[in-house]
Amino acid sequence: MIDVLIIGGGIAGLETACSLQDLGYETVIVEKEKTIGGHLNDWDTLFPTHRSAAEVLEHYTEETRKRALTIYLNTYVISIKKQNDGIFEVQTSRDVVFHCKSVVLASGYQLFNAERKEEYGYKIYDNVLTSADLEKRLKNLQGEFTTPTGVTPKRIAFIHCVGSRDEKSGNHYCSKLCCVTAVKQAIHMKQLCPQADVFCCYMDLRMYGPGFEEMYREAQEKYHVQFIRGRLSEVAENANGSLQLKVEDTLAARPSRLQVDMLVLMVGMETAKSTELFAQSCGLECASNRFVKTKDHHIGSNQTNVDGIFTAGASIGPLSVFDTVNHAKSAAFAVNDYLKAMK
Amino acid sequence: MNLEGKKQIWSSYQKDIAEDNYYYARSCIRQNFYPASEVTFLRILREELGKNIFDDPNHTTCTGIGYHSDIVPFDTIQTVIARHFALMTEAGLENIAISCVTSFGMYTEILDLWEHFPEQLEKIREYLYKATKREFNVPKNIAHTSDIIYKFREEIAQKAKYKLINKETGEPLRVVEHIGCHYAKMFPTKGVGGAEFPQVLSGMIESWGGNVVDYPERRHCCGFGFRNYLIQANRGYSVSNTKKKLESMKPFKPDFIVANCPGCAMFMDKWQYTLAEMEGVTYDENGYGIPVLTYEEMAGLVLGYNPWDLGLQTHQVQCESLLDKIGIEYDPKAKYLDKNGNQLPIPESPMNLKV
Repeated sequence: MIDVLIIGGGIAGLETACSLQDLGYETVIVEKEKTIGGHLNDWDTLFPTHRSAAEVLEHYTEETRKRALTIYLNTYVISIKKQNDGIFEVQTSRDVVFHCKSVVLASGYQLFNAERKEEYGYKIYDNVLTSADLEKRLKNLQGEFTTPTGVTPKRIAFIHCVGSRDEKSGNHYCSKLCCVTAVKQAIHMKQLCPQADVFCCYMDLRMYGPGFEEMYREAQEKYHVQFIRGRLSEVAENANGSLQLKVEDTLAARPSRLQVDMLVLMVGMETAKSTELFAQSCGLECASNRFVKTKDHHIGSNQTNVDGIFTAGASIGPLSVFDTVNHAKSAAFAVNDYLKAMK
Repeated sequence: MNLEGKKQIWSSYQKDIAEDNYYYARSCIRQNFYPASEVTFLRILREELGKNIFDDPNHTTCTGIGYHSDIVPFDTIQTVIARHFALMTEAGLENIAISCVTSFGMYTEILDLWEHFPEQLEKIREYLYKATKREFNVPKNIAHTSDIIYKFREEIAQKAKYKLINKETGEPLRVVEHIGCHYAKMFPTKGVGGAEFPQVLSGMIESWGGNVVDYPERRHCCGFGFRNYLIQANRGYSVSNTKKKLESMKPFKPDFIVANCPGCAMFMDKWQYTLAEMEGVTYDENGYGIPVLTYEEMAGLVLGYNPWDLGLQTHQVQCESLLDKIGIEYDPKAKYLDKNGNQLPIPESPMNLKV
């Protein structure tokens, strides 16, 4: 019998597993991908310090290796059942059934599929990217930065809140991290292409975390990124592959057209499909944003309505790396309290 | 431009279109400005495709223009449309084929309303019965007539005499497609291909050999916009919208424009004359303007129908340059003959738009 089964091998799962192992518990991680690290694998740099994501990933890889954590890769969890004796039976895609005293959902999030905003032309116009696509391009960058059609960009636009605060796409909530990611990426583009004009079209700028507001100020004062308060209504392609944007400038109180060489859609975060499946299988309550509902928002954010099932990281909603790591550490303490009480 | 991305979107917006046995709901504007288009639609369905379609002389306007101009109350238009359904029911038919995009939008909107508010349907049944003693069934299938031509586009391609290909160069013609707002913008799932990247006309163009021009102002209003045109003081706004579209498509050198909305075909055609008179500009290379066709006219040309039977001489921008590009045979002398071979008056030529 293992003490804790952790679903998800991203930084939340890894941090929780390391902390629990250090507290003396036997843990197992199941990860659906072929490697650990989750979304961090696809990210180039992290806000607000522009630190390499690979460095953080390397830290967790090393910590995992030192503790010889047991990790099942390429493994999906199909269902979680709590038995009468309080032990959980976890069915996986490998025909392996785990029995454990507690479960930690560290299944994270998935990015909003920008194709759903048809009017933005993602996957139709070559020079429309998502924030995740841009991170991949930056991560693999060799030499000069060019747009997908091979042009050195002279004008670049970032669109905030794509699939966030958008009831039409079913996501009424704020994804919280896209604003600061756009600021970070806008600065990065100005560093790579100093001659380019960079625009950010935003609804509100939610610079909630330490260092975020400073970075926003730096983007304006040092890098001259232009922030336009207003939404994008539609995108079209010009004959040369550049893009025409129809945007609203609510401060100037007028609609306008922007011509750009590249458009970056700041895609929001949604609950992982797999989390919804687990939730159904074990009667976990979800909030109106479809993420797992915490038992107590203020003093029990790792607990759920099912005793013995805990959350770590973005399975409860959009969280930064900073917040995820802290939430994962607190998950370890919550599990510790539960297991001690079991004895 | 990634066609696969478009196809992905199209796959989400496919609709059921009845196979046969239609009640035909005509269009006020098209009957007046492009009467041969509706005749051609009936000819294609009956003679080329062997379908049963009932063209009912008792069918009237849907009053959509009045409704969108705040002249006709909503209950009134619902009752008028209920009468159309009664005529369809009396004819023993269940599928309605609607010629006008605004009517299509109205029928769709009203059916959707009745689905969500059944008490409204009951009220309208009562109104219609009191006024006419008629009763009705709601249609089982509702399609715009461009949907029907789209559905049978491959059958038409098999019978085609011409392709949308430049005879001299062998290159596909560059075709601007324009969808009426009321076709899919109100109910994207009711239009083939949805509202953002509609497939209904581009599907025809591609099946018949042409290439679709995707220009920046593709989605922009044709300029009609009801009140923009209906209120005379607003007509400058109407012209400026059309101008915006024409300027945007000009660099792509389109060979012609095809529309599925009566207003769109009319305004993109006739405002070219107005703009030529106002500013001395035309939007093709040679000063003839860009021909604007309805989808039935495009289908008729592909099928080898006589261009003058299709009524192309009634358009503002003349079509001979297009006919020559495709290699369509026509008799220039027969352009203004009536059906008995008598000479009709020949219109005066505009100052700046060549004929």
